[in-house]
Amino acid sequence: MKLSGSRILIESLKAEGVDTIFGLPGGVVLPLYDALYDADIKHILVRHEQGAAHMADGYSRATGRCGVALVTSGPGATNTVTGIATAYMDSIPMVVFTGQVNSNLIGNDAFQEADIIGMTRPCTKHSYLVRDTRELAQTVKEAFYIAMSGKPGPVVVDLPRDVLVKEVEYVVPGKVLLRSYHPTVEGHMAQVKKAFERIKEAKRPVLYVGGGMILANASAELLKFVDASKIPVTTTLMALGSVPTSNPFFLGMLGMHGTYAANMAMHETDLMIAFGARFDDRVTGRLDAFAQNCDIIHVDVDPTSISKNVTAHIPVVGDLLDVMKKLNGLFGGDKTDWDGKHREWNKTVDEWKSLYPYRYEKSDAGVIKPQYVVEQICKLAIGREAIYTTEVGQAQMWAAQFLTLDAPRTFLTSGGLGTMGYGLPAAIGAQAAYPDRLVVDIAGDGSIQMNIQELATAVQYGLNVKVAILNNGCLGMVRQWQELFFKKRYSHSDLRSGPDFVKLADAYGAVGLRATKESEVRDVLKEAFDVKRPVVMDFVVEREEKVFPMVPGGGTVKDIILL
Amino acid sequence: MRRHTISILVENRFGVLSRVSGLFSGRGYNIESLTVAETNDPQISRMTIVTRGEERVIEQIDKQLNKLIDVIKVMDVTSEDHVERELVLVKINAEEKNREEILRMAEIFRGKVVDVSPKSYTVEITGSESKIQGFLEMVRPLGIQEMSRGGKVAISRGAKLLAPK
Ligand SMILES: Cc1ncc(C[n+]2csc(CCOP(=O)(O)OP(=O)(O)O)c2C)c(N)n1
Repeated sequence: MKLSGSRILIESLKAEGVDTIFGLPGGVVLPLYDALYDADIKHILVRHEQGAAHMADGYSRATGRCGVALVTSGPGATNTVTGIATAYMDSIPMVVFTGQVNSNLIGNDAFQEADIIGMTRPCTKHSYLVRDTRELAQTVKEAFYIAMSGKPGPVVVDLPRDVLVKEVEYVVPGKVLLRSYHPTVEGHMAQVKKAFERIKEAKRPVLYVGGGMILANASAELLKFVDASKIPVTTTLMALGSVPTSNPFFLGMLGMHGTYAANMAMHETDLMIAFGARFDDRVTGRLDAFAQNCDIIHVDVDPTSISKNVTAHIPVVGDLLDVMKKLNGLFGGDKTDWDGKHREWNKTVDEWKSLYPYRYEKSDAGVIKPQYVVEQICKLAIGREAIYTTEVGQAQMWAAQFLTLDAPRTFLTSGGLGTMGYGLPAAIGAQAAYPDRLVVDIAGDGSIQMNIQELATAVQYGLNVKVAILNNGCLGMVRQWQELFFKKRYSHSDLRSGPDFVKLADAYGAVGLRATKESEVRDVLKEAFDVKRPVVMDFVVEREEKVFPMVPGGGTVKDIILL
Repeated sequence: MRRHTISILVENRFGVLSRVSGLFSGRGYNIESLTVAETNDPQISRMTIVTRGEERVIEQIDKQLNKLIDVIKVMDVTSEDHVERELVLVKINAEEKNREEILRMAEIFRGKVVDVSPKSYTVEITGSESKIQGFLEMVRPLGIQEMSRGGKVAISRGAKLLAPK
């Protein structure tokens, strides 16, 4: 059967099980949009292509499936770059289809031509310029395979207009076989055993879990491991949700704004067991003071993550689900009294936990504390299978600290790139996947303005996301650093000129609500969660509030600033 | 910091050179020389990159290269028994009084004069790094007008092969 490239693309997407794509049309992709007109794939029309990329990313993080975005050439493609880089830094699988000018015009500075492959090379796992319609189906299949396998990541597929128009025989592609790509999946059993033996010798071990745990869908195995070994566990920002907040062995998040207990445990441990984490500088602080008195076991699917920043004594390359299962299998034939072995250590850790939990000074005069809002969001979300997304800054950190999470893929945040403007489109992407769940974006008044236009998308498709703005009238995290490290010289961080978010929500056809006193917070949240429309909540919060604890950049746990 | 010569087999595809060179520039690894050309299998190209770095950096380079989808195989030939060669074309001042000397040097270093003009002789010289350095030192006083170096190529000795699985 002869089909146009556009039709072949749609068939290929269906073959990959794609049900939703996020995009915005333009010149060179019109043939494809014409084919989409009566295809049975849901297309969500965004208002800015950055939104499409973040939505595909949010969809992926919430579901574990591959997100898909579709944009036109030139400016459409360049608008996705921040979204692609965001996904790349957090290893999120997605495929971004970009239009390209006709093959014979490439390189001529044609109208709306951009070398998107060149521009995105450093922030994609791989990319393709499709040169012949006959290669299209195979290329799409490879793109999804590469995005989803090994260490996942975004893949760009650039589609010249003529490739979309030309008709060729459609051949369903076979299995993907790439001689140059063999992601390591199975952990080496000898290494796993070696790791297990070392764990048995450790006196003060700690589990340091990263986003890889969620990507590998291995959280349930992790919990088994924790339960069997009685080893305290801390997670990075990216792995929040992999261990329920209420788990007795959970130390909370580590790193710059992590808990005292987690950072102390990482400092005092004699064996750091890193699962799918990459020793990022927001976690390690000053490298020459990090992990000085301990051995490191590092399990990761990506060999380049191992011994990149910190040398691992026992490296294990492999998919975490596989390795965790193998590790858990070893408890059976083992007679270690884990409880007794770690009793003292757990007591010490518990003391740290109760000494300095996350806390904040309660409000006086009814001024709203941002942390209070986050706590109440959680309380009122009970039973609604909530998914949280965040923007970037203080609000993101308060969300990380004060949300109660009990499942993976319920906390979606831009950790690696720290992209302001991520939260709202990511929330829309998650909501598109789960129309009946509560999806809340915890936002700052700065970040939310970076992709506020996507409110129109939410309204158009009835994707009833709830945006909770912790409005402090400033670029709060910038202001915090200026207060602490730049002698309160608040250079260009004031946002008190507005806008009026309630009116803005109204203008978009969403619901706008505002609370200015603590006593109003719960009512606003209740109303927002009950109404079946997108809602923007403007919580006017204490401007001077800061995120603590804080290990200043390049510092150590000894430099921690507590409240 | 040791110098390493790394041989890489890659899919002979659009953009593969920029993926490899971009990896080096993006991560701040240095490149002393880079060569690339097809192998006996036209679908595969071979690159030779000479770089310098601490062991740790070289290990990362190796892993990062392997992570590129189009890279089929990577070998740090420095750790193997191997042969390295470079080809250099040197255009040397050929005033009356120099000519004899240029020919003599070319002969001693087993070079070849490949082009002659009233003002210059162009000598082709092939060999190991030290041989090329030696030649260049000898002819520098005569005046080098222009030089084009091919970058190193390398291959391991004996039975050991760099080949796709
Ligand atoms: C796109 C982008 N630009 C700049 C920054 C740097 N930055 C990090 S946090 C922050 C302030 C965020 O302000 P706001 O969204 O109001 O949140 P708050 O910190 O007040 O909660 C800025 C500017 C960033 N992370 N992303």
